[in-house]
Amino acid sequence: MHYEAVIGLEVHAQLLTRTKAFCACSTAYGAPPNTQVCPVCLGLPGALPVMNGEAVRLAVRTALALSCTLRTVSRFARKNYFYPDLPKGYQISQYDEPLSERGHLDVEVGGATKRVGITRVHMEEDAGKNVHHEGVSVVDLNRSGVPLVEIVGEPDLRSAAEAAEYLRSLRDVLMFAGVNDGNLEEGSFRCDANVSLRPAGEAKLGTRVELKNINSFRFVERALAHEIARQQAVLDAGGRVVQETRGWDENEGVTKSLRSKEEAQDYRYFPEPDLPPLVVDDAFVAQVQSTLPELPRAKRERFVAELGVSAYAAQVLTGHPRVAALFEEAATLHGQPARLAAFVQSEVLRDVVTHGLDARIPVSARQVAGLLRLVDAGAISGKQAKEVYAKIVGSERAPEDVVAELGLVQVSDEGVIEAVCRQVIADNPRQAEQLRAGKASLMGFFVGQVMKQTKGSANPRLVNDVLQRLLG
Amino acid sequence: MHVADVADRVARGELTAEAACARSLEAIAAKDGALHAFLHVARDEALAAARAVDDRRRRGEPLGPLAGVPVAIKDAICTEGLPTTAASKILRGYVPPYDATAVARLRAADAIVVGKTNLDEFAMGSSTENSAYGVTRNPWDPSRTPGGSSGGSAVAVAAGMAPCALGSDTGGSIRQPASLTGTVGLKPTYGRVSRYGLIAFASSLDQIGPFASDVRGAARVLSVLAGRDPRDATSLDAAVPDLEAACGREVRGLRVGVPDEYFAEGLAPEVGESVRAALRALEERGCVLRPVRLPHTSYAVATYYVLATAEASSNLARYDGVRYGLRVDPRLDLRAMIGATRDAGFGAEVKRRILLGTFVLSSGYYDAYYLKAQKVRTLLRRDFDDVFREVDVVCSPVSPTPAFKFGEKLADPIAMYLSDVYTLPASLAGLPAMSVPCAPTRAGLPVGLHVVARPLEEATMLSVAAACEAAFPCASPL
Ligand SMILES: [Zn+2]
Repeated sequence: MHYEAVIGLEVHAQLLTRTKAFCACSTAYGAPPNTQVCPVCLGLPGALPVMNGEAVRLAVRTALALSCTLRTVSRFARKNYFYPDLPKGYQISQYDEPLSERGHLDVEVGGATKRVGITRVHMEEDAGKNVHHEGVSVVDLNRSGVPLVEIVGEPDLRSAAEAAEYLRSLRDVLMFAGVNDGNLEEGSFRCDANVSLRPAGEAKLGTRVELKNINSFRFVERALAHEIARQQAVLDAGGRVVQETRGWDENEGVTKSLRSKEEAQDYRYFPEPDLPPLVVDDAFVAQVQSTLPELPRAKRERFVAELGVSAYAAQVLTGHPRVAALFEEAATLHGQPARLAAFVQSEVLRDVVTHGLDARIPVSARQVAGLLRLVDAGAISGKQAKEVYAKIVGSERAPEDVVAELGLVQVSDEGVIEAVCRQVIADNPRQAEQLRAGKASLMGFFVGQVMKQTKGSANPRLVNDVLQRLLG
Repeated sequence: MHVADVADRVARGELTAEAACARSLEAIAAKDGALHAFLHVARDEALAAARAVDDRRRRGEPLGPLAGVPVAIKDAICTEGLPTTAASKILRGYVPPYDATAVARLRAADAIVVGKTNLDEFAMGSSTENSAYGVTRNPWDPSRTPGGSSGGSAVAVAAGMAPCALGSDTGGSIRQPASLTGTVGLKPTYGRVSRYGLIAFASSLDQIGPFASDVRGAARVLSVLAGRDPRDATSLDAAVPDLEAACGREVRGLRVGVPDEYFAEGLAPEVGESVRAALRALEERGCVLRPVRLPHTSYAVATYYVLATAEASSNLARYDGVRYGLRVDPRLDLRAMIGATRDAGFGAEVKRRILLGTFVLSSGYYDAYYLKAQKVRTLLRRDFDDVFREVDVVCSPVSPTPAFKFGEKLADPIAMYLSDVYTLPASLAGLPAMSVPCAPTRAGLPVGLHVVARPLEEATMLSVAAACEAAFPCASPL
């Protein structure tokens, strides 16, 4: 039988605040264990949470970026369970009155746009981290209390590839919105999936398996593909899929059962009495909306429609917020976006190194625009431009200075060029004779000789013109 | 000596803070062996702090409103550098790295912390018998309990070991022991005083408040404690009026509501007589008594025990043996460690409440218990909203009985729970309420008058309490 996969993803994204959700501890990654902690995030007796306003602002921004409807009054709830990395014995989250609901994300799959529903976006705090080391378990609570948004997607995805594409698009949106740094390796963007299979054409959903720990785009695609194949095999053999939670084992390339439905926890959610209801009024939402940065999709469309950039180039240039920003600034300075787009794609992108939202772009918009302007003015050739670019990358130097230093200024004085041409013809009488006799391929030889004499600084178009006249 | 006497004399230089502190420490040394109000006496720290206050006075620096006043702190309130156990084995030896906001404000007002007082474990109880560290005795009759859960703080003040103390009140834990020990005990409006640093029992009900040997002392301590704290999101940003001045204010014309429901079955006749006498005394001073109805009163006990235990089951989850306090490790696995630690660390009443609270929050039972209790809580609030349209305060007994004997109610949790029947409604409604001594029983046991006011109207409440105090001057036990 032919089965259709039904996939919904839940993403936990860390909000880009300097301090934790409910205390003033730093959220910086990589500090020595348990150095960014206080009575609140350690869950010491008597400590109380206080909402970080910046986290609320970024969560609202996330909800708006995903076109969600915001709840004016939402509520925090306690999710109760025991785990050593959960210092209070409960996680502060949101439950039946979340910050926002009913949004969507448009994803490009197979050349078409697919609208994927967003069930809800709510706020919660992260737990700490258990580290197992030489037979003992230790707990690092630096992450405890870091603010997260949980983005619950509708089960609208139909293949592992679609799921991976949704995840990439979501990450891009969060990065462009400036709410998340997109760092999968550091755990600031994490994904769980719900997967079920049903006979193609049937509306009723099959039994759902929850897949945990799929924290890279590569894993997502492989884990989902594996899980779909596993369920298919179970069904084909006449078996029934068991409702359970499974984990992806990257080393073995398989999903493994973590716990069954019977072992599912009862989290005993109830309203968090230590925090008043969260109020986001219309004025606040409007203010956040007005500062919402342009999202990748809108940016791509604008690059094509207003800047005349090809669809492909627009896709490439919106691959990272910092690249898009460099391109736009340089295009504004230079005035010819299409030419700039080509140069950024062919030269600049080679030197760009990204690490989530962090990006090392070793050249400025001003340098790139200035360089292309020298080419436009005929001051240097396109070939020289590449040479100059290699010198300005990683430096703050103006391209004009590099051009002067290398003696690269293009010679466009016809008199100077004609003198060199006459000299070259005089030095090579035999070749000149053959050319005049019809061996046209020798023109390249003369151009090359002139360029050599001028150390490549002669305007090649002028050299051609003059040689044609003298030898024609 | 009352709070204001000590502070004002220290401020005028008639008494040193050190002498006031030494007097308190001597009283503790003389009496606490028999009474056991204290779990920890901070003798050296207290004397050093007192000397620092005296030094500042000598240098001519201004002193705070509680200069040199010894204060005892309920052991559920965190004190930096002093053990804080909540009278539980699970926190034996735990020393917090920070002061509760209430304690920090007392210290900033130049009060001297003399020690930590006994309580029912995690404030769960009404007799201080549930302490893991032994019972506290009532100075009026050492065969009786002082009530609870803040029994240690009540006894510290009743026996003259400190002129004031901090307690916490979730369902009556300040007012009931105040009533049973003949002290003044005040639970502020929910949110009036920061809960930061109060070891949580039931977060939506817990409030820190003062015990004092007189009404004015309670007013002065409250004025130091009250006010918004950025560390407690539920603390209120409301102006604090001159509470001490309110203690001398006329009560003529104030309308006093007397709820029928509070003088019904279960009230000991002697307590009823005493409270009626107090009401007559208020009437003689010009108050107007009005019968009022609080029709949902009979649901208060059940509502309270659903909501408070639900919150407690979550609040006490952090005691898992992982980071601090007791750890019992049978070296099996994590679950076994957490289970063994909590089994050994918590007493029977705490376990009973965690189980009850876990049950009422469980999937399938939440709507029937927790959600329904929230709805009844709203009805109880409305009862008071209605009544406070007609009267300025509501007066009643605090406790249905005077101090009871050890073991008398311990075997019957329901009987124990019913000893808070008059104090629970004000807790559920978040209202300010206090106990002020009125005429004792013929056997000489103290009885308290319960005064409840509108939200943030502690001043009105204090005026009425001060009027009652003037009619029944406080006797001293021992
Ligand atoms: Zn912290």
